[in-house]
Amino acid sequence: MKLGRISGTVVSTINHPSLDGWQLRVVDLLDVSGASTGGYLIAVDSIGASTGQTVLVLDEGSSARQVMADVDAPVRAVVVGIVDEVTIDGTSLEV
Amino acid sequence: MQLGDVIGTVVATMKTEGLEGVRFLIVQPLDRSGQPAGDPVVAADALFTAGVGERVYFVASREAAVAMPNQFVPVDHAIVGIVDQVEIQ
Repeated sequence: MKLGRISGTVVSTINHPSLDGWQLRVVDLLDVSGASTGGYLIAVDSIGASTGQTVLVLDEGSSARQVMADVDAPVRAVVVGIVDEVTIDGTSLEV
Repeated sequence: MQLGDVIGTVVATMKTEGLEGVRFLIVQPLDRSGQPAGDPVVAADALFTAGVGERVYFVASREAAVAMPNQFVPVDHAIVGIVDQVEIQ
C-alpha cells in the first residue's frame, strides 16, 4: 500500500461495467515526509474518503478485485483506509 | 488508473491469437493537471467507443487484460473509461 492524499474526483459516464456505482478519486502519492511525490493514481474509493484526506491506497489488482468483490474489475488502485496518524522514527507526520 | 488523451489509432492485420477484433488506440498519458507525462502507449479499447481527441482513463499491466471481453488477451494497457470531468480541489 501507499500513502496518498485525495486531491479530486473523476466524473465518467461511459466506463467499464465493473466501475458502475464506484467513485473514482484522484490520489496524489506522498513520500514518507508527507510531501507529494508528483505522482498520482486514479483509484476506486471503497470507503468514502473526502478531498484533502490522507489515505491508504492499494496498487495491486487481485487485492482490488477482492475489495470490489468483482473478479472482472479491471482495477489496480483502490482507496482502502483513511489515515489518522503516521509516525516515523518517533516523529508524527501532519496528515 | 491514469488519465490519458487518445491521440491516434493503430491498425494491425497480423496479430497474435486472441487480439482479433480488439481496437488499438495511441494514448498520451497525462499528469493530474492534464499535461502530457511520459511516452505514448498503445492501449486496447475495452469500451469499443473511445476515439481520437477524447480524454480517457486507462489501466495497465495484468488488469488491462481483465478489462477485455476475453480476459486472456495479451494486452498491457486498456482504456476503461471516458472522462467527463476531472475536479481538482
